[in-house]
Amino acid sequence: MSPCYAYYPGCSGLGTSLEYDTSTRAMCERLGIELVEIPDWNCCGSTPAHAVDHLLSASLVGRNLAIADNMAEERELAGIITPCPSCLKNLKTTQHRLSNPEFRSEVERVVGRTVRADLPIKSVLQVVVEDMGMDVLANLASAPLKGLRVVPYYGCIMVRPPQIMQFDDPDNPMALDNLLTALGAEVLPFALKTDCCGASLATTRQDVVTRLSGRILDAAAAAGADAVVAACPMCQMNLDMRQAQINRANHSSHNIPVFYYSQLAGLAAGQGEVSTMMDKLCVSPRALLASLAARAGEGA
Amino acid sequence: MSSSTNLNVYDADFVDEVQRESEQNLALCYQCGNCTAGCPVSFAYDYPVNQIMRLVQAGRKKEALSSHAIWLCASCETCTTRCPNDIDVARVMDVLRHMARRENLVCEPAVSAFWDAFLGSVEKHGRIFELGLMASYVSKTGRVLTDVDLAPMALRKGKLGFKAHTLKGISEIRGIFDRYREHN
Ligand code: SF4
Ligand code: SF4
Repeated sequence: MSPCYAYYPGCSGLGTSLEYDTSTRAMCERLGIELVEIPDWNCCGSTPAHAVDHLLSASLVGRNLAIADNMAEERELAGIITPCPSCLKNLKTTQHRLSNPEFRSEVERVVGRTVRADLPIKSVLQVVVEDMGMDVLANLASAPLKGLRVVPYYGCIMVRPPQIMQFDDPDNPMALDNLLTALGAEVLPFALKTDCCGASLATTRQDVVTRLSGRILDAAAAAGADAVVAACPMCQMNLDMRQAQINRANHSSHNIPVFYYSQLAGLAAGQGEVSTMMDKLCVSPRALLASLAARAGEGA
Repeated sequence: MSSSTNLNVYDADFVDEVQRESEQNLALCYQCGNCTAGCPVSFAYDYPVNQIMRLVQAGRKKEALSSHAIWLCASCETCTTRCPNDIDVARVMDVLRHMARRENLVCEPAVSAFWDAFLGSVEKHGRIFELGLMASYVSKTGRVLTDVDLAPMALRKGKLGFKAHTLKGISEIRGIFDRYREHN
């Protein structure tokens, strides 16, 4: 039986990372992972909420957890999943802190509901890699990403802090590496896999974000990558939409496409550019994808 | 008492408060510097994160709470991950921000204003409405040029919605904000 999860898309999926949400849903469907969106979910508060108050942060998350609890009464759920690492960290941190009974009762009072929060909470990436496994992914790749040289960029909080996130290695994670290899891409060694891009300061301190994101693009270029592959909507936006800003600030001239891994999963499964929403990327991958298609043509 | 002598006074209440709110034992920090070595924003800090920990241990409330560092912390969790004594350093940074706001010692007002604009958007709609958020941030800070260079691209790519997605259960969200404020 295919596993069914309560799905928490996160606010960015409605706009700035529409292509991540759409390609994630398509990928899960192909893999037989059933997603049921948490009805009327609210913003988890992201960094601003925990930077302002832990009770507020946990209460905003708590409402979503309580709705998921109700869903679990209706049908069997394997857990709650989200594509966004920032939402994930808030969900998991809250679940963890609710084990303190005093804190739990405060949160329940502020939310106005009971919050059991006993469903497992995971990233979509974790479910795909751990539950589906690499063979399933490799079998799905009818149009393997042969010849595509990529660096996997996990972002800082997909695997951190390990006590809370409980997924992969906090300094050298391999989930995305393995997934991309299974899809046929060539994954290059990349030392900045989990280095912070500065997302939470993107609006307020552009000097910080252009420096941190610039380092990541520099390292990707130095590794000889055709593209960066991201698993976080904020990282992707910094590296892609801000690439011109970064170039201006750092006197660099990067022109590196930044894909979501789920878009590449779609491409490898034979979905075209249009349905993987490649046109949503700011740095156009068109030339790169055309050259790949040409190389594949030669090889055939 | 002049403020310069004040800075050298050990404020025991402050130490207790940070410990209680962060649920961390600050005495465990032996200043190995691992947190600072991994911190990506050190270059922009006035005090590196291990020195913030030291200031807190030493009860130097005003210096810790009026630092720029606590506002520039990107919440990347590297310090927490690498601390050999399992101190949740990023949580301590969170708590210092909470206290700095309460004590009106915020040293990076734009960062704090952005958090407020963001949460204002959540309170109003239940989800983030980016255009509204940016408008509110600009009106709070007067920073009219914030990311204007990105707007044409974002609009062309359909990444900036003109419509807020207001929740059906928005009254529940407003209740959460109201009850949280009563609590504080
Ligand atoms: S890593 Fe931990 S023990 Fe070392 S200086 Fe930082 S907080 Fe202190
Ligand atoms: S969480 Fe903050 S203090 Fe800790 S390493 Fe990251 S940016 Fe530095």
